[in-house]
Amino acid sequence: MNFPIKTSLRRGMRDGIPIMLGYLAVAFTLGIAARNAGLNAFQAALTSFTNHASAGEYAGLTLIAARATYLEVAIMEVVVNARYLLMSCALSQKLAPDTSFLPRMLIGYGLTDEVFGISMAQEGYLSPWYSYGAFGVAVAGWTVGSALGVLVGNILPDRAVYALSVGLYGMFLAIIVPPARKNRFLCGLIVVSMAASALFAALPLLSELSEGVRIILLTVLLSAGAALLRPVRDEAEDKEGA
Amino acid sequence: MEHNTYLYILVMAGVTYLVRVLPLTLIRREIKNRFIRSFLYYVPYVTLAVMTFPAILSATASPISGLAALLAGIAAAWFGRSLLQVSVICCAVVFVLELFL
Repeated sequence: MNFPIKTSLRRGMRDGIPIMLGYLAVAFTLGIAARNAGLNAFQAALTSFTNHASAGEYAGLTLIAARATYLEVAIMEVVVNARYLLMSCALSQKLAPDTSFLPRMLIGYGLTDEVFGISMAQEGYLSPWYSYGAFGVAVAGWTVGSALGVLVGNILPDRAVYALSVGLYGMFLAIIVPPARKNRFLCGLIVVSMAASALFAALPLLSELSEGVRIILLTVLLSAGAALLRPVRDEAEDKEGA
Repeated sequence: MEHNTYLYILVMAGVTYLVRVLPLTLIRREIKNRFIRSFLYYVPYVTLAVMTFPAILSATASPISGLAALLAGIAAAWFGRSLLQVSVICCAVVFVLELFL
């Protein structure tokens, strides 16, 4: 299928601008986390340019700071980024069937929660050029923001760094709370997850587990439990998860 | 064992990319297994919730400002504020509160 390259690209870039601004701020807090994990500005920018996944990067940085094994990091990335499997599946249905291998690989590279959101909102088949435009602009904010977080994080007063450090948690809340408002089971699951996490962090033997192991363990256990108790019924619910 | 930061980044990037690109390039059909679909649907919520709490309490100088940021963030997200807005609200709460704490 042929798409008007210039129009699609320009539309994608335009829609990517608000995402870029949001990423700039959020990536800044990631940069602070990267600095705490011992990364320099170039390494932080490289991490963000190649990963551009907030939760995945944050989890990875936590493990790097703890000098975890490479295998632990790999397992963690699969678990934390598992939602991209679903998004990637959904997005594959949004592409024209004759879309070739290279565009699919590039679109996969640019798959973030927000780019996924605006891509699925497009009418008809998705133009790969729209994706390139949106993602190209968005990843710039992500990358530059991360480097700035490392560089300027040093200059900022502690209070400002503390304040910015919670920005990432705010972003997580912005992702999980709105769907929970419409779904009581999901709401309960989030409360249980937070309580279990606090319990694991406080109880004598369980608190010996590293933060990474705790996250993997609780995610697999609670998600499996939730899937058994309340299997997802239809497509509409899948899309809410995006 | 000596750990190399660039190898860490490579592992992160490689695994993350595979997770993103494999379904898009390989699986052309919808996942039929209801359990796997349900499991994957719940994963982000559980992971992000577990990562947020209780970690947010120790991310700030005082647990009180962390807790305030958590509550403010939940409220802002509940009432439909955007990703950026929720993020900024949490930061602002800590920034202001820690003037006094």
